[in-house]
Amino acid sequence: MHVVMAADQVARSITRIAHEVVERHRTLDNLALIGIRTRGVPIARRLAAGLHDIAGTTVPTGVLDITLYRDDLMRHAVGPQPVLRKTDIDFSIDERRILLVDDVLYTGRTIRAALDALIDFGRPGAIELAVLVDRGHRELPIKADYVGKNVPTSLSESVQVRLVEVEGLDEVVIKDASDS
Amino acid sequence: MPPIADALTPDGLAAPVGLRAKDLLSIGDLSAEEMYLILDTAEAMKEVGTRSIKKVPALRGRTVVNLFFEASTRTRTSFEVAQKRLSADTINIAASGLSVVKGESLADTVRNLEAMAPDIIVVRHQSAGAGHLVARLCRARVINAGDGMHEHPTQALLDALTIRERKGTIKGLKVSIIGDLLHSRVFRSNVQLLQVLGADVSVCGPATMMLPDMARLGVRATTSIDEAVEGADVVMLLRIQLERMSGYFFPSLREYFQLFGMTPERLRRAKPDAIIMHPGPMNRGVEIASAVADGPYSVILEQVANGVAVRMAVLYLLADEPQG
Repeated sequence: MHVVMAADQVARSITRIAHEVVERHRTLDNLALIGIRTRGVPIARRLAAGLHDIAGTTVPTGVLDITLYRDDLMRHAVGPQPVLRKTDIDFSIDERRILLVDDVLYTGRTIRAALDALIDFGRPGAIELAVLVDRGHRELPIKADYVGKNVPTSLSESVQVRLVEVEGLDEVVIKDASDS
Repeated sequence: MPPIADALTPDGLAAPVGLRAKDLLSIGDLSAEEMYLILDTAEAMKEVGTRSIKKVPALRGRTVVNLFFEASTRTRTSFEVAQKRLSADTINIAASGLSVVKGESLADTVRNLEAMAPDIIVVRHQSAGAGHLVARLCRARVINAGDGMHEHPTQALLDALTIRERKGTIKGLKVSIIGDLLHSRVFRSNVQLLQVLGADVSVCGPATMMLPDMARLGVRATTSIDEAVEGADVVMLLRIQLERMSGYFFPSLREYFQLFGMTPERLRRAKPDAIIMHPGPMNRGVEIASAVADGPYSVILEQVANGVAVRMAVLYLLADEPQG
C-alpha cells in the first residue's frame, strides 16, 4: 500500500479544480454541483466552498445515489452492493449546467449510471464531470473535464480515497490485491 | 457538516448489505440488522416516489408474479406500484382467474408458473404456510403477502418504518396492539418484529380472541382497553375479521365497540404524542371510531404510503442476489 496523494495535495487539487471551473464558465449563476455517493458528496461540497471563495457565488449542491441505476445488479463485479441511500436534489436541473463530482474515475460505469439517473430528473443544459483521481481502464467512452490527479494503475490494484468527512483523514492510497 | 454514516443504522448496528434468506416468508427469517437494512433501504426508496418520473431501472427485465388467492386491494396494489417503480415486469393472477377454480392444486399452479421462469413470486393465500410450500417448489424468490392466520411480514415492516419515522426509534417504545389477536397475521408478524427491535409490547382483546400462549410470546395481555392504552406511544388496532371467524367470539359488533372500540376519550390515557395505526381495511364504529381514524394522531394513510417503499426495498434486496 502506498500513498499517492496526501492531505495537502487533496486540498490543492480541489482548489485547482475550482479555479479551472471558474476559468471555463463565463458565469457560475447557472451552475449546480451534484456529488455521487458516497465520496463525491464531500468533494462536491468542498468544491462549492472553493467556488464561493474565488467567485463569491453560492452554487447549489445536490446528492445523487446511483445504486438503482447500476448495471451490475446480480453480477457482483466489484464486491457486494452498497447500501441504498437517498438522492437529494432540491433544485430543478432543467437547463442548468451540471457538474457531476466523484472521487475515482475507473471503468466509467458509475458515471454512465449517474448520467441515466440525472436525466430522469430533468433535462440539464450540459453535464460536466470532475473527479479527484483518474485511474484509467475505461470500459465506456467517458472522459472527465476536471481531474485532480491522473494515477496510472494496474487492474490488480485498488485506489482508495479517504476523506475527513467519511474516514477522518484526507489521503489517496493504492492497494495491491496482495495487501490485506 | 454531518458525517456520512454509511455503515451505521440510526440505532447504531453495523448494516449488512443483503438478505441471507432466499425468501421473505416470516419475520423470523430476519435478523435485527436485516430489518434495519430493509427500513433504511425503504427510506431511500421513498425519494423515488417524490420524483416527477417515479421509476428507476433497478429491476428492469425481471419478472414478478403476484399470485393472490385472497381478496386484497391495498397489499396487491402496493406491491404492483412498487414493482412498476422498480421497472419490473409484473403479472397479476387473482383468485377469480385461477385454474384453482377448475380444481388445480396450489402445487400444480406453482409448478406451471415456475416453468415460465419468474424471478420473484408474491403470494397471498388463505392457508398458513402457503408461501413456504411455494418457496419449496420453485427457484423464484418468494414474498409472503399474507398466509392465512400465520404472517404478513411486509405489513410489520411498513408499520416499523412508520413508527420509526414518527418516533425516531422503536427501541423502548410502549406499543399496544388491540383487537382480534387470534385471527391476525398482522399481529403475529408485528409482535416478532417489535420485540426483536426492542419495543415493549402489550396486547388487548376479548378473552376469546387471545392466543393460548400469550405468555410464551413474551407480551403482557389484558382484557381492559384502558389498561392497554395507558401511557402507550403507539396504539395499533387490528381489524375484526368476520370472514375468518367460525363461531361466536363476542355477542355483537355493538358490544365489541363498547368494550374494545378506540374512541377519543379512551385515547386520552395514551401519551400526548401517541400515534394510532391500523393495517386496514377499517371497520369504522367496530374497532375504531371515525373521530380517531380521521383524527390528528392517526398515521393510517402514512402506513399505506410507506407500504410501497417497504415493498420496493424488499423486492430490490431479494433481487440483489444471484439465485442459487
